[in-house]
Amino acid sequence: MSSPETPAAALMPSIGERESARRVRRSSIKTTLIFWSFVAPLMLGLILFFFVPIIWSIVLSFSEARAVILPTGFAGLRNYRDLLQDQQFTSSLLTFTIFAFFIVPTTFLCALGLALLVNSAKFAQGFFRSVFFLPTACSYVLASIVWKMSIFNGTRYGLANAILHLFNLDPVQWISSPNPPWYWLVLVTVRLWLQLGMYMIIFIAGLQEIPRELYEAALVDGAKRGWQTFWYITVPQLRNTSIAILLLNIIAAYQAFDEFWNIMSGGNQSLLRTPLMYLYNVALGSQDYGLGSAGAMILTIIIIFFTLLQGRLLGFGRSN
Amino acid sequence: MAHGSTQSRRHFLRYSASLALSGGLLAACAGTGGGGGSNSDLPALTHWYHQYGEKGTHEAVQRYAKQYTKAKVTVNWVPGTGNEYPDKVRTSLLGSNPPDVFELPNPTVDQVKAGLVVPLDDIISPVLNDFNENALKPLRINGKIYAIKMLNDMSMVYYRKGLFQKAGIEKEPQTIDELISAAKKLSNKDMKGLYIGSDGGIDALLYILGWAAGSEFLTEDNKITFVNERVAGAYEKLRELNASGGLLPDAPVFWWSSEPFKQGMCAMQWCGLWAMPEIQAALGDDFGVFPFPALDAQSKPAVGFGGWAEMISAKSKHIDAAKEYVKWLWIDNTDIQIDWNVGYGFHVPPRKSIAAKTDKLTKGLAAKAVEFLNAYGHSNTPYWDNAMQLALTDAVSNIVKHNADAMSELKKAADKCDKELQKLLS
Repeated sequence: MSSPETPAAALMPSIGERESARRVRRSSIKTTLIFWSFVAPLMLGLILFFFVPIIWSIVLSFSEARAVILPTGFAGLRNYRDLLQDQQFTSSLLTFTIFAFFIVPTTFLCALGLALLVNSAKFAQGFFRSVFFLPTACSYVLASIVWKMSIFNGTRYGLANAILHLFNLDPVQWISSPNPPWYWLVLVTVRLWLQLGMYMIIFIAGLQEIPRELYEAALVDGAKRGWQTFWYITVPQLRNTSIAILLLNIIAAYQAFDEFWNIMSGGNQSLLRTPLMYLYNVALGSQDYGLGSAGAMILTIIIIFFTLLQGRLLGFGRSN
Repeated sequence: MAHGSTQSRRHFLRYSASLALSGGLLAACAGTGGGGGSNSDLPALTHWYHQYGEKGTHEAVQRYAKQYTKAKVTVNWVPGTGNEYPDKVRTSLLGSNPPDVFELPNPTVDQVKAGLVVPLDDIISPVLNDFNENALKPLRINGKIYAIKMLNDMSMVYYRKGLFQKAGIEKEPQTIDELISAAKKLSNKDMKGLYIGSDGGIDALLYILGWAAGSEFLTEDNKITFVNERVAGAYEKLRELNASGGLLPDAPVFWWSSEPFKQGMCAMQWCGLWAMPEIQAALGDDFGVFPFPALDAQSKPAVGFGGWAEMISAKSKHIDAAKEYVKWLWIDNTDIQIDWNVGYGFHVPPRKSIAAKTDKLTKGLAAKAVEFLNAYGHSNTPYWDNAMQLALTDAVSNIVKHNADAMSELKKAADKCDKELQKLLS
């Protein structure tokens, strides 16, 4: 409101000010357009290929959908009930829990050990890092076929049996015999070979973040180089890295599919089947997309539960 | 830093981002293009095949497509092994642009209920009697035929005649017990008696054993019939075979490759008719064939009626043209059917009259194989689906590898199959 002393016109913005405001608005619109031109493709991709499939999967999990991806009827919780009462599905949940029990601590300890060795190498550190990281670039399918048909072939010409033959031992049916279940060795070793390099690199990055002064101070205080410095300095300093690796490892273990599908093929699948293998059969084999989606939701809930539990127990993200 | 160059970089980024975005949007609106050309009056059909292993098959199907003058046929040769191709086809049928013509082992009840495939009675009915009933069984749903068989595959036991003579085995095994005995006799430190796959024969003989016991799995009036002592006994025989020491337990290839047999890793192998030419080339006359033996004198030997069948998508924009094309290929064109079946691999033309005219199948061991197929061939109805197969596979695996009680495993499997069957019938 204008005061009696100030003419109303004087309160109106001047031409210059209006022009300036227009320029600011134009500049703001341009900035917004530029922002969206860079971000929109990513957002579109995320929506189309991430959020929409998840929401659609949730919808299908409560629907009848056989050989079609549009619901043909409302199934309620029937798909979930059918799966949780299905012995083939529940035993596959046990399979992947056992697998996680083997692979997670093994990968963690081997990756840490490898990282410590490579990080302390006096020469050719880059070479060793690359060599151990290389298998990460190999396809899981290719590695599985090599493991199945060449290394752990059940004939005496397979590499493992050829080594046993040198010691006059009988060939072992590594994959097809459940007594004893040597297929666990095959599956764990192929996964270790494929993923150790990646976790080793993450550990190396974590190790290189540890300030040197901590070790120097410890040595001055009389700590012995080796186990004492490792246990009292390295391990605590690697806490967040370790938790992140455990998290990634557990998620990867629960999503295991490629090596199981290719190694335990044919009738051997019945010996050991992960939930994803079973759902592959349900969704792509039987084309029961309602049941398959329900299974995917159950798996998602399990993975989220264990991830949150682990984060809570180990204090992920908490400051030192 | 020069203000002018910062501004020009900013301008460049701004405009190139806008250009990229608009280019992407234009491309999305433009459609996929393709087609057209001088034959634009002819209907355009896409035809999918899986990647056959035999040399020359890809060129052959392209030649057939070119020979057909009433439509412009584009062949898609889809790579992959095992279930990769069927999975790709089934997925594409869900989309808006599936192939017009495609091959699969058989249609499924769910595909028919969802209206994804077209019945083909109008093109097959004039020659229906020229097909073996067991070849038609998997293709018929609710009285209508949804696929035209392109080739019949069958498997049998190949054996080395010289090794049989050396081991004193005078005749081909007539029962499973005789087969086990032969496998044991033929095994030595360098070779095993029989190869039936690296899973103990579960995949190769899952249905064969039931049929060799004289049983079916699902009758045409949808009764589950495999829970009986004879089928249980047959799977127990597989367990006995696995424990006998006469099996080659593993090989770098699956049972459908004849390499273990050709390379002398085993004296007998379960393998397909498709392997006969290469076995002949490798071993000359030193091999014979017999069907999988009967459980005992109360039943007959068994072989399976496998193969591929041509189907037409209900979403095709040229259903009539597709039907004409399929009829030309697999009903009318004798030369193509003979060429396709025996020109590259070795299969049996599905039409009995054409099989009878196919020279390569009228003499020697190939003729025997055709006799086995006609006399002992079995197939499952389309109501027997993937979920039922999985349930039965698990049951057989438990019987063979975990020494589980055969009857109770079969009962568990039958319960699961029944639940699945009710879903299909609803």
